[in-house]
Amino acid sequence: MSHNSTMKHAEAAANFIKDEPRTNWHDETLWFVRQKRDKAAHGLPEWEQLREWASQIKQHTLSNLDNYLLEFERNAKANGVTVHWATDGADHNRIIYDIIQKNNISKIVKSKSMLTEECGFNEFLHAKGIVTVDTDLGERIVQLRNEAPSHIVLPAIHLKKQDVSDTFHEHLNTEKGNNDPQYLTEAARQHLREKFIEAELAITGVNFAVAETGGFVVCTNEGNADMGAHAAPIHIACMGFEKMIPKAEHLSVFLRLLARSATGQPITTYSSHFMKPREGQEMHIVIVDNGRSRQLGRADFRNSLKCIRCAACFNTCPVYRRSGGHSYHTAVAGPIGSILNPNIDMKANADLPFASTLCGSCSNVCPVKIDIHDQLWKWRQVLVSEGYVDSTKKAGLKGMAFLLARPGLYRFAGKMGRSVMRLFPWIVNNKLNPWYKQRKMPAPPKQSFRDWYLQNKKQ
Amino acid sequence: MSARESILKNITANKPQLVELPAIDLNDVIQYNDLVQQYKTVLQSIGGGTVELQELSSLQEEFATKKANGDFVVNRIEALGEVSDSLNTLTATDLAAVDTAYINGNIAVAENGAIWLYESNMGNRLLPFICQHLVIVIEKKNIVPTMHHAYNQLETAKEGFGVFLAGPSKTADIEQSLVIGAHGARSLIVHIVG
Repeated sequence: MSHNSTMKHAEAAANFIKDEPRTNWHDETLWFVRQKRDKAAHGLPEWEQLREWASQIKQHTLSNLDNYLLEFERNAKANGVTVHWATDGADHNRIIYDIIQKNNISKIVKSKSMLTEECGFNEFLHAKGIVTVDTDLGERIVQLRNEAPSHIVLPAIHLKKQDVSDTFHEHLNTEKGNNDPQYLTEAARQHLREKFIEAELAITGVNFAVAETGGFVVCTNEGNADMGAHAAPIHIACMGFEKMIPKAEHLSVFLRLLARSATGQPITTYSSHFMKPREGQEMHIVIVDNGRSRQLGRADFRNSLKCIRCAACFNTCPVYRRSGGHSYHTAVAGPIGSILNPNIDMKANADLPFASTLCGSCSNVCPVKIDIHDQLWKWRQVLVSEGYVDSTKKAGLKGMAFLLARPGLYRFAGKMGRSVMRLFPWIVNNKLNPWYKQRKMPAPPKQSFRDWYLQNKKQ
Repeated sequence: MSARESILKNITANKPQLVELPAIDLNDVIQYNDLVQQYKTVLQSIGGGTVELQELSSLQEEFATKKANGDFVVNRIEALGEVSDSLNTLTATDLAAVDTAYINGNIAVAENGAIWLYESNMGNRLLPFICQHLVIVIEKKNIVPTMHHAYNQLETAKEGFGVFLAGPSKTADIEQSLVIGAHGARSLIVHIVG
């Protein structure tokens, strides 16, 4: 579904927080998921060692990626799987559309794949008059509402149960006003079972692709990827090329980390290992670049390709929790999205690295140890030097730089500021001051820290 | 240049210097005093049920009763009675009517409740997902502490498909309320034999 790409994060976030109780609920719900993650992580004494292993395995894989992709391709082909390569989203969409046309397919089910969101696949097919049915419950809910997922693991986390009830009443004929999650899930189960059974094509994402075996692993809790892939005569699995890992034994490290980091579960309900098509079935893998090889060449940012899409950085982020996924106007929101998306389109996504307090919580919870907050800070510098930052922000930063480079002027300005705030508080406590929005200005201190220090040092 | 060639060429040009793979030392990994108890506790916490058995006779009775009641049951365990073969001839519509499936598990993992199933145990890949209720039998001696131990014993590439299955199908996509029985099996009972 399309994102509103003209609205910048700050503006979209301002809209999101207009409903204060709902913002608080969103914030608390995601923090609860973060706490579940902590409990699961603390249950394993080797947690930090696991993160280190995961990080090193991914670093190694990136440093030998061309060879691993070739090994993977060779083994997958030997398993009877057709391997396709796509340089960008348009290429990816065309490859799948060719398969659809060749087989005269009209009934398609798709399990969660952030890559297909990144490639704008649903809109592409829609324009061709073909409908894909998203089968993850959260994705089905947002699809029926003509919205984009707001979170990569919990796609409908921005919605309340009454919203889901209204949507299902409209599209699935459920009782009006019945908000019981059990009842609503059962309605979706019945509705989607029909879709699985009649599907001619199942599209899935890929969590991990194993070079050594040519196999790939797909993780779900609902079982929707398996219901589609094992029922349909054709299965297409789509993957960004960074999903590669060297050996099957490395899956142990990642499967131990993934669900614990994502939702606090010890493992997802289903971790399905696909090797060969079943008898009579066709199986395809589409390997997508879409800017990833460029990111691999950026020494400061290549580590972002270690990401396993657990969304722990979303759940912990004070900005994400209080601004909602749609404010990020991209398929992958949150802190990790803010370091991936400027690579895909620097101009359109120049606002995202600024949607952070740089508190570093994202880097602390990341199961593959991506230095997310450092990269956010580095992206800001790249974006300013490339001229992608708007003139007010640039003027502000320049003014600040001028001031900070002149200690005498800085001290004078500080003194003036403190006096003005004390004597004429209305000058700062008004709507024209963006810092006054949703905040009270602090009481101005009588003296600066420097003055206090000099005074006390003498004593 | 084909997409394949250009992608590989860019990766070769842009990849960092070779970094070594880490060695995974199992001495660094959690140990459990009682694997069976740990397994049972975790599986119950993720919505599964457990039964400890000396031998399979009580399960044989349950199976026979269900069959006598006319429930559509599919059995893949020889010790339970007649095994349903040629499941691959059944369509998704046929399998959607299965009430309970009985399947042998290969390895169970104490840290997370997961059980490995090879495709040959299932008879049809769709079976453990599409059945309404799932019963899995594992041998006590096949419970291992962690995923590392499990992968050391498994050959994931031996068959066309395999799955680590942990509990019944579930979702929390509606306001984070946990609902058991999303698309897959509504219940999982694991019988631990031995």
